[in-house]
Amino acid sequence: MKSRRYPTFLAGLVFTAMAIVPAAAQGTLRVAMTLADIPLMDGAPDQGTEGVRFSGYTVYDALISYDLSRADQAAVLRPSLATEWKPVDGDPLRWVFKLRQGVKFHDGSAFNADAVIFSLDRGFTKEHPAYDAAIERQLKAYMPSVKSWKKLDDFTVEITTTTPDSLFPYQMTRLFVASPTQWEKLGRDWNAFRSNPSGTGPWMLETLVPRQRAELVPNKDYWDKSRVPKLDRLILLPVPEVSARTAAILSGRVDWAEVPSPDTVERLKEAGIRLSTNSMPHMWPYTLSELPDSPFADIRVRKALNYAVDREGLVKVLNGLAVPSVGNVTPDHPWFGKPTFEVKYDPAEARRLLAEAGYSKDKPLKVKAAISTSGSGQMYPLIMNEFIQENFREVGVELELVVFEWEALRARRRAGAQGEENKGITMLNNSWTATDPYSGLLRFLSPSEIPPAGTNWGNINDPELTSLSEQIRAEFDPKKQDDLLAKLHQRHVDMANFIWVVHDVGALALSPKVKGHVHARSPFVDFSPIYMQ
Amino acid sequence: MLLYVARRLLYSIPIIIGVTLIVFSLVHIAPGDPISALLPNEATAEMVDQARKDFGLDKPLVVQYAIWLGNAAVGNLGKSIASGRPVSEELTAAVGNTFILAISAGTLACVLGFILGMVAGLWRDRALDHAVSLFTISGVSLPHYWLAILLVIVFSVNLSWLPPLGMGPDTSNGWRPDWAHLQHLILPTIATAAIPMAVIARTMRAAMIEVLDQDFVTTLRAKGLLPKRVLWHVVRNALPTTLAVMGLQIGNMLGGSVLVETVFAWPGTGFLLASAIFQRDLPLLQGTMLVLAMFFVILNLAVDLIQSWTDPRIRRT
Repeated sequence: MKSRRYPTFLAGLVFTAMAIVPAAAQGTLRVAMTLADIPLMDGAPDQGTEGVRFSGYTVYDALISYDLSRADQAAVLRPSLATEWKPVDGDPLRWVFKLRQGVKFHDGSAFNADAVIFSLDRGFTKEHPAYDAAIERQLKAYMPSVKSWKKLDDFTVEITTTTPDSLFPYQMTRLFVASPTQWEKLGRDWNAFRSNPSGTGPWMLETLVPRQRAELVPNKDYWDKSRVPKLDRLILLPVPEVSARTAAILSGRVDWAEVPSPDTVERLKEAGIRLSTNSMPHMWPYTLSELPDSPFADIRVRKALNYAVDREGLVKVLNGLAVPSVGNVTPDHPWFGKPTFEVKYDPAEARRLLAEAGYSKDKPLKVKAAISTSGSGQMYPLIMNEFIQENFREVGVELELVVFEWEALRARRRAGAQGEENKGITMLNNSWTATDPYSGLLRFLSPSEIPPAGTNWGNINDPELTSLSEQIRAEFDPKKQDDLLAKLHQRHVDMANFIWVVHDVGALALSPKVKGHVHARSPFVDFSPIYMQ
Repeated sequence: MLLYVARRLLYSIPIIIGVTLIVFSLVHIAPGDPISALLPNEATAEMVDQARKDFGLDKPLVVQYAIWLGNAAVGNLGKSIASGRPVSEELTAAVGNTFILAISAGTLACVLGFILGMVAGLWRDRALDHAVSLFTISGVSLPHYWLAILLVIVFSVNLSWLPPLGMGPDTSNGWRPDWAHLQHLILPTIATAAIPMAVIARTMRAAMIEVLDQDFVTTLRAKGLLPKRVLWHVVRNALPTTLAVMGLQIGNMLGGSVLVETVFAWPGTGFLLASAIFQRDLPLLQGTMLVLAMFFVILNLAVDLIQSWTDPRIRRT
């Protein structure tokens, strides 16, 4: 199978010449997002990680953030509005956060413990005047462990969790702190606040035209002097259509286009557009049903289909916009461990294992996979699934693709493999971000995470995985926690709970004028060091 | 005449209610849960239930419909689930933007379609007719989406003559009729106008030919009427059919083309509708569809009135 099986109209561009119009202004970065609307600017951004990328870490700071300054290693936690955090000795439920002093909101008011309490109250306390249901929906989802909170002094807060949870600091990367003074000034109206937000972040919102444009300007008084933005202006444009984003970057209408299509890679390169990629904390696997009536209850079948996937071939089809995946994380990641099961392309071994499991030409294995047409972070599901369908056919497996529109697929996912509507479907193709231990591993592997509670779609119930998951949550020493995570991942790969396919590379099409960009191994971006030349 | 208008207005009420009922049913039959679209992946079942309650989606469908219709009747279309902004506010901006495109594309389609159709009809089976037919068949056959991408490739990417997306320059605050904004309008106008122009031209041609074959035209010619006077009578008789088609085509344009607006990131009703569908934003979807349906009803009424003005026979029936 070759990439030319999937031409788009833009493929014809190969034969045409082009000219790039000069950028409108030096120092202005124009970004074409894949979103159809500007994410909410109230410090509780909607629209997933792309929302957080553009409306979260730009205008706001969280208590804790990610170090996005390195491209060669996984993005790790670093202090932000909290300078230190640790659980109280002898009481792992209570976390104490020391707050940064001398920080100001964009409206000039001072950041302190009251602002943190306000930012929690607005999402968690229904009786509080600042409570807002839309904010609650975002906060609660990302901070499930938060139980209560109190101010200890002007620059210290204590947050209590529902259970001992060593992974709690990761949840605080989503607690963006909004200015209570600005909210009061705007008549306690969150809708007004969304157009005139005030955070402590390196960027300030200057103009917001819903569904059309957001213009951000640097916060020259930003507390971290090394991260004061170099650009004069950052313009965010919602351009959901991929060919429109490609045309926009080729014509010089934007300087930065998110997620270009694989079949435009050559054309973009010819035009001098830089394709920036890196290994992302993201995976594109098949989650398998391990319920008793599923063929995947047999580990030999799970391993066989892992051997059946030609990952290198698929990466070629995608013009390099992916890297082969042999686990939830890449082998150089501290959580990878040393699995004995080597995920690789070996059709002969796949056939042998299938025969051992009782499948043959006369009695072929038939499986159904629920897939989407497209969706947030789903890469190119139709191309990729059809490629794998061919791979499976080569080893005598009939894969039927049951195609859903993205939201319909999410509904199937929430039902779990055990759901009545998923009868007969034993594979789910849903890609996932894996920025932290919970999102990357824990949420798939414990019986307590079986839907509707969590995302253990396949009903994985392995005592060793369950026990390791519990130990990880109770281990507060980062080094020991990493060791346990490596053991968990190792077991997960050895059990072949998923069929691993590829990791996304977070492709960006950048004008050659864009300088200073560091492609961190994270869905988030630090726009501060970027400048235009 | 007044009675005729009143009767037509009365007819439009069940049409609008019927449309709302169909829209309401369709969005509920479609797979996928609006609450699932609204909440992050990490949301718990309890949060899903709470959100369902917050938006009244836990009530029986009939009750939900009655509440929505009651609110819509007094002009309250609710708030967008995704953005929290009032649907009426979202719609006002989008309808304004689509109007700009529809007026521009509608004018181009009607004027060009009318002239081409008339010319083709007058010179039937001659080279000019064949050329116009080729042109209009191409216009009808080209998908909007494909034409839009092609225009962008040629005029934006290769020639760098016109911008590929948006309504105006980076720092534009609202649309203005200056060159900086007008240049953003050219490509979407052509892409939107292509099909309606071709349909209007073909209708006009057929109508012209039909009228030209009628006895009264021969009589007019035999009476020695000047050719331009004959043409006036022919056009006047061909007009009602063409006007009806023009009305429908402009109605289509006012609905905003989902595909053209998406390709050009033109923030009109089509663009709004597409994002409402993908986000399962029920209030926004229902509100947009209702307003678009009302446009159609009003426009059809306007066309009927113009037709009855140009052709008294319609009034009598």
